[in-house]
Amino acid sequence: MTSIILAIVIGGAFGFVLDRVGATNPNYIIGMLRLGNLHLMKTILLAIGVSSLLMFAGLLAGVIDPGHLSVKTAYLGVFLGGALLGLGFAAAGYCPGTGLAAAATGRKDGVAFLLGGLLGAAAYMASYAWVKSTGVLDSILGGKATLGVVAGTDYPALMPGLSGEVVGLVLGAVFIAVAFLLPDSLRPGEGIAAHHKGHHAHS
Amino acid sequence: MILPWRLGGLALGLVFLAAVVLVKPIGVSTQFVIFDGILWDAVNPAVVVESLDAKSGYASPNAYLDKSGGAYAKHVANPLNYGFVFVLAMMAGAALSALLRGGVPKAERAMPPVWRANFGASPMKRYLVAFVSGFLVLYGARLAGGCTSGHMMSGMMQTAVSGYIFAAGTFLAAIPLALIMFRREG
Repeated sequence: MTSIILAIVIGGAFGFVLDRVGATNPNYIIGMLRLGNLHLMKTILLAIGVSSLLMFAGLLAGVIDPGHLSVKTAYLGVFLGGALLGLGFAAAGYCPGTGLAAAATGRKDGVAFLLGGLLGAAAYMASYAWVKSTGVLDSILGGKATLGVVAGTDYPALMPGLSGEVVGLVLGAVFIAVAFLLPDSLRPGEGIAAHHKGHHAHS
Repeated sequence: MILPWRLGGLALGLVFLAAVVLVKPIGVSTQFVIFDGILWDAVNPAVVVESLDAKSGYASPNAYLDKSGGAYAKHVANPLNYGFVFVLAMMAGAALSALLRGGVPKAERAMPPVWRANFGASPMKRYLVAFVSGFLVLYGARLAGGCTSGHMMSGMMQTAVSGYIFAAGTFLAAIPLALIMFRREG
């Protein structure tokens, strides 16, 4: 029961914030990927930086249970699947979470995206045995690995000599710095043009 | 009106942190499989069956639902689980936020301005591309074992090697395609 209440609270907050940062609006996702409006890129980099910094600080301080970490396996299919996802991400301006959230806000192209997504997931279920037989799901680079050694976990480290917590803190700071250093746009004129059209509040 | 990136990034980061502190890292794309499984099982009850031999207590003739000791099969049989309710709540949260800011403008409900500027105002064309994109995105996400939430954000925040591999694949495909497809700004 507790876990259902947590699902409602954290899931609800996630959906609310996704909408408030503009991630349910494909104009911002496509604007980011065509490098014309980096608002979402800065938002996401800052989010990864803040969560990484606080999580590894919490692990060092002993206030976060390392057992709550969940590191996914590395295999060739992660790269291939990421690339397939990237194609649809660019063409539609939606990823799985933002597509579902956008459909819920009343975007009809989001509904079309989610129907296609259900079919794509079904196609993967149907082809899983074949995909597995090709070997692209075989672990690489240590499998469920982190960059450094994170105390209290069994995850192998890509760089066994490094403290995973320190790597996490440093990378968190780097993500935050990049978020601040990135310009609003990499296409001359467009970031400012978007601003004047009222596409985003301020940067 | 959307949040400035400093405030929005902070809020989004705190949600991802709260998820790890309280339960586990955020992920979404698995739930497409669970929902498919629920539909499939409704049509054909043999898709998920109770099994004393399976680690989860459930088994499936489908290799994907059956993997990891029938973990997905178990969630199909019991949809009131953390991951599935999380995604339903995410949709409700987004709907509430949109409602409070006055909803999505009618002209934008079929397509965003950047689509109209490059491909015209035909809704069917946009829906078709969104549908095919949804197919590619979820096939890709399941092949990768996660999506933008689970691999990119949750993965990179934990310094997971897989998160970086995923992000590389995604952006190496997405940025060139977006540059080619959307020459005009929205």
